[in-house]
Amino acid sequence: MAKIVIDPITRIEGHLRIEAEIGGGKVNDAWSSSTQFRGIEKILQGRDPRDAWYFTQRFCGVCTTVHSIASIRCVENALGIKVPENAELIRNLIIGIQSIQDHVIHFYHLHALDWVDITSGLKADPVKTATLAASISDWPLNSPTYFKGVQERLKAFVSKGRLGPFANAYWGHPAYKLPPEANLMATAHYLEALEWQKDIIRIHAILGSKNPHPQTFLVGGMAIPLDPNSQSALNDNKLEEIRLLLAKAREFVDKVYIPDLLAIASYYKEWAGIGAGAGNFLTFGEFPSDNSGKPELLWLPRGVIIGKDLSRVYPVEHKKIAEYVDHSWYEYSAGSGKGLHPFEGETNDKYTGPKAPFQYLDTNGKYSWVKAPRYNEMPMEVGPLARMLVAYASGHKQVKQALDGVLAKLGVGPEALFSTLGRTAARGIETSLIAAQMPTYLEKLVANMKSGDLAIHNNEKWDPSSWPDEAKGYGWHDAPRGALGHWIQIKDQKILNYQAVVPSTWNASPRDAKEARGPYESALVGTPIADEKRPLEILRTIHSFDPCLACAVHVMDTEGNELVKVTVL
Amino acid sequence: MDKTKEEQLDNQQNKPLKEPTIWEEKGISRRDFIKFCTAMSAALALPVTFAPKIAQALDEIKRPTLVWLEFQDCAGNTEALLRATTPDVATLILDILSLDYHETIMAAAGHQAEEALNGVLRDQKGKYICVVEGSIPLRDDGIYCCIGGKSALSIAREVCGNAFATIAVGTCASYGGIPAAAPNPTGAVGVKDAVPGATVINLPGCPLNPDNLTATIVHYLTFGKLPETDSHGRPLFAYGKRIHDACERRSHFDAGQYVEIWGDSAHRNGHCLYKMGCKGPETYHNCPTQRYNMKTSWPVASGHGCVGCSEPNFWDTMSPFYKRLPNVPGFGIESTADKIGAGLAVATAAALTAHGVISAVKKDKDTDEKMEN
Repeated sequence: MAKIVIDPITRIEGHLRIEAEIGGGKVNDAWSSSTQFRGIEKILQGRDPRDAWYFTQRFCGVCTTVHSIASIRCVENALGIKVPENAELIRNLIIGIQSIQDHVIHFYHLHALDWVDITSGLKADPVKTATLAASISDWPLNSPTYFKGVQERLKAFVSKGRLGPFANAYWGHPAYKLPPEANLMATAHYLEALEWQKDIIRIHAILGSKNPHPQTFLVGGMAIPLDPNSQSALNDNKLEEIRLLLAKAREFVDKVYIPDLLAIASYYKEWAGIGAGAGNFLTFGEFPSDNSGKPELLWLPRGVIIGKDLSRVYPVEHKKIAEYVDHSWYEYSAGSGKGLHPFEGETNDKYTGPKAPFQYLDTNGKYSWVKAPRYNEMPMEVGPLARMLVAYASGHKQVKQALDGVLAKLGVGPEALFSTLGRTAARGIETSLIAAQMPTYLEKLVANMKSGDLAIHNNEKWDPSSWPDEAKGYGWHDAPRGALGHWIQIKDQKILNYQAVVPSTWNASPRDAKEARGPYESALVGTPIADEKRPLEILRTIHSFDPCLACAVHVMDTEGNELVKVTVL
Repeated sequence: MDKTKEEQLDNQQNKPLKEPTIWEEKGISRRDFIKFCTAMSAALALPVTFAPKIAQALDEIKRPTLVWLEFQDCAGNTEALLRATTPDVATLILDILSLDYHETIMAAAGHQAEEALNGVLRDQKGKYICVVEGSIPLRDDGIYCCIGGKSALSIAREVCGNAFATIAVGTCASYGGIPAAAPNPTGAVGVKDAVPGATVINLPGCPLNPDNLTATIVHYLTFGKLPETDSHGRPLFAYGKRIHDACERRSHFDAGQYVEIWGDSAHRNGHCLYKMGCKGPETYHNCPTQRYNMKTSWPVASGHGCVGCSEPNFWDTMSPFYKRLPNVPGFGIESTADKIGAGLAVATAAALTAHGVISAVKKDKDTDEKMEN
């Protein structure tokens, strides 16, 4: 049986390698590995917990806000800080626009080229393309002239024989099924989305100075002052600008992204039966409705689904989370075969893989820098699909309506959601719902400001001298790529231990102590492969998860044993 | 720019500027094109008279090849590239340059992706520009970052070593950045330390401002060489001035008006963030003028202090981020990045601290002492 390697998996964040055994025209087994390690958690030890968000933000520049959010929440949880409602609302706006922008970039710039053959678009008839586009959306740019212009730009580019970032792809692969017109339409929107994303993400710049890596988070609140009458604060002008940008974001999602997604999906329905994965789903829920911290007040609910059973949603208990290292390049002092909870975890990185340059990893032994987190000893898929399924199964009205609508349009049942296509569709549906929800938070903020409430920071525990000698806590955030948790232990005003269990750690995890595959690995098993030298189908399923490997290997699950030992001895 | 200025610009050249047909082909109007060239002269801190020269150079270019390598990175600089506005990223990577390798953007994967890189190494030795994002781990033979089974170090040696020049984007590629923060678990370093023989220019920042990358590339296309740099390898056009000296809140610093508590009236009214830990007084970067995301804002304008992210080792030297700088050079002392030394800092510290205390005493003695401790 042939073993193939795809390294680098491109159009993702970070360094991911897939090794797969191919036979009989399909994937028979697969191994997911990350080959990059930075050790940021170890770097955090001994530092000021108020700085942690700035460090953890650098886990990832794509999901550039998520580790800041999880970090400030975990420090606030440890110190018992309640943030002002305005800060919570601003965080919701930052989280929301991050999700919208991130999901659209994922669809067009990271995932679309698995389904869209750009070179085929050169053969398209611009008039027919405009007709096709007009049949699915009233987006104003749908004109023959517009599509002709895009086509000519592409032609000029291709005729010079230098395809730049589009060179050497799997163009012409038999698994590409879109007609030339759909390919041209999607290519035009690939370019349009590039323009759109940099505009709408200015919301981060207004609220937080810049993107990527907005610089505005504070333990206890936010750093952007509120004052309707000040030029140096979030004022009426800037609120109006945000309002317009939110509208622009929503318009593109509903008039371009969703119609494109549905049109493309209709040509690839067989992918609703491919790439199921773990079948268990975990979400921490997101968008607090107020500053009470109550999980039942999250707009998208928290929960666990086991074995594709949508009739039951289990509550999330953080004690059931544990990480295994049986196939990861780390060692536990208690030996192998055991999972450790984030508060008790330890990290000793120990690379036992081949010396570079290498051809294959030893996939029977340890083969990744990603650990294997498990919930109640089970692998879990996290991300938009998990969020949408948990909301659907919990009877969330908007989610149910949206999901049922899309399923009806594609003529498939809910079982189709457990698939590569389901994952990609769930991301789109969620984007549309979040875009519709955002104005609620903005208008609430405006109403508060109108009533004279300008609070953005709870200053009571800003000064470390007000803290207890020891504290520990955790902060959760359901990021674009899924359930994210940070755990912190504070001692003498400094970080004793810091640990993050990250969405792509869940999804990209290698096998665990029971040899159970991680979600990428199990999703790949059974994937058809038309041409093993050009494994386009593997990219489809892997990209449907939206991998973010810098996040996954942040990461040394440090347990700061050195510091602990010092105090014990 | 208005019509008259445009004409003036043309008149400054003896012969009228050649029509940039290649740009018109791409649907970019002459007016927009000139606007871009003028913006670039501004970004490069060149007189506006350089705009025609830039226009001419860009008009004649033949899409130099760019390869973008990602090592121990977070892709923040790649995301910054996607936010580029002058010009936008599509123009930059499709029309101005030929971006032949970039893991996050390229369509090809696996062997086919590696082949794209090998093709550049084979056919364009010494001619292509290499951009590096992320640090390079040296510990344990570099096994902490491998791509296609090869270590980042071996890739950097080969690709940076054979490039016309390497642009290190972000603080990680420039100086090691966050992976190199104490205790530097993987032995991470920047490109220049990993490949000492390579021609490297550093564009630090966390992440870099994409305008500075475009300006560096345009400078190269216009003048055929890299811009002048300071002792940290940073181009002077972007890192020649101290944030503190160009800061829009500087007058409040001078007047002793400081934010004392997040959200207080001083904070709402844009007073100085020095006491909240702002590192602007020790940081060289063009954030206050260039700003981010279509010039929308920059950290201080949005109410948070600078953390000094363009300075080597800022993760260790500028943290804790909310602790006030003990010794701010300044007050009539005109310094450049190269001149600032420990001696100077010590010499000015006393005067500065006195200023901080005196101005604070005038306002609120208790808060000041609390913040200082």
